[in-house]
Amino acid sequence: MIMEKKTMWTKKDLLGLEHLSAEEIELILYTAASFKEVTTRQIKKVPALRGKTVVNLFYEPSTRTRTSFELAAKRLSADVINIEIEASSVKKGETLIDTGRNIEALKIDIIVVRHNCSGAPNILAGAIKSSVVNAGDGWHEHPTQALLDMFTLKSKLGRIEGLNVSIIGDIAHSRVCRSNIWGLTKLGAKVTVCAPKMLIPEGVEKMGVRVTDNIDEALKDADAINVLRMQFERDGATAFPSRLEYFKQYGITNERLKKCKKGIVVMHPGPINRGVEMSSEVADGQNSVILEQVTNGIAVRMAVLYLITLAKEARR
Amino acid sequence: MALQEKTKILDKIALDKTLERIAHEILEKLKSVDDLAIVGIKNRGAHLGERLADRIEKLAGKRPDVGALDITLYRDDLTQVSEQPVVHATEIDFDIDGRTIILVDDVLFTGRTIRCALDALIDLGRPGQIQLAVLIDRGHRELPIRADYVGKNVPTSLKEVVEVRLTEVDGKDEVVLCEKV
Repeated sequence: MIMEKKTMWTKKDLLGLEHLSAEEIELILYTAASFKEVTTRQIKKVPALRGKTVVNLFYEPSTRTRTSFELAAKRLSADVINIEIEASSVKKGETLIDTGRNIEALKIDIIVVRHNCSGAPNILAGAIKSSVVNAGDGWHEHPTQALLDMFTLKSKLGRIEGLNVSIIGDIAHSRVCRSNIWGLTKLGAKVTVCAPKMLIPEGVEKMGVRVTDNIDEALKDADAINVLRMQFERDGATAFPSRLEYFKQYGITNERLKKCKKGIVVMHPGPINRGVEMSSEVADGQNSVILEQVTNGIAVRMAVLYLITLAKEARR
Repeated sequence: MALQEKTKILDKIALDKTLERIAHEILEKLKSVDDLAIVGIKNRGAHLGERLADRIEKLAGKRPDVGALDITLYRDDLTQVSEQPVVHATEIDFDIDGRTIILVDDVLFTGRTIRCALDALIDLGRPGQIQLAVLIDRGHRELPIRADYVGKNVPTSLKEVVEVRLTEVDGKDEVVLCEKV
């Protein structure tokens, strides 16, 4: 990936992709490409964030994202603290802002926060001087997931501009989908969202995407698909009669892939419901980049932590 | 900060001759090129490394492995620089364990870049030995570091800047002494 240095990172926080410029997104992707090389070394560690502390504050369960942020920080030589909400003062009624201020009083540098309420990271970022990175908030945004999806796409297909990307699944409840739409459209991809009508939020077409409830329509001409998880633990369970019914109508199978463009890239943010969003053959098949997405996630998060730290030092 | 050109230190012909001499010196000192690998420090050191490898190949009949090292993440002034350095990827696709590495850079100044490069290299493996080749040594060392091969020693003041321009990056080959005005 070749990039002219057009822009600098100046933001204190990464709260979402909605308010980033195309250049800022490109800068993160370019920086991530360098960090990917670090993750392939025998000694997967560089001293760039030595002496910095990153706090993972997760109000929702997560294995993938939390581990990925933790590894990213450790590979930059930062110290990492994980705060388990189940065992914390939040259970005693402490508010998000109080929790944030108390953590900040411990002289940390970055708080990575996941919260079930949309906008919670923005509130936290406004209340403290430390940097805040959104690791997923409600149905709002999950910027690092979208960045790693775009990074994977770019490394597979060489570009993002002009690609047809279809996002299939629970559009209504998906922060991954929202961040992907913001990011992909800014970089010039043509985005289609596809779901049963019940799972398409009103007004989504205003985000600059094509909307369809027909899976064949979404797969035709697609260079890549991003298949979202059916969120049975949220309202998704009531939106569709049964898992089998969903799989029949929207599940990605080898039969459906055969009709697609050759070399179509199949992504999924995980965790997969096998036999619901896609069949096991597809999940483990040649077109799937699902595990590469996980690997790339570390490099992308390293880039985010690094750029945010550098910008902060420059402001001093 | 503007720069005013004062004197030309090397033109294209002199630069070519200087690299040729360094290539000869490397071969004279090492005797064998079997373990030799050349690692240039990005950005211009990497191009100089490629050129040295070309010359060594012509002289010894065998091309040494060549790599490029990005030292941004190892800098000790990350927290002080006002301009944000862009991180580039390190490109060393060979095993450096036990090898004789010639580290190449354009200008040797405080020695801090070389300190970073040594840390970065040692994170990639355990070389048998590391030697340093620079096109220009301008003095003012802040660390106990010296070069094994020097193209030209140029006494400078701290107000001066040595600009190495290479065809690959700048469209022409020359080394110019400038002054901050």
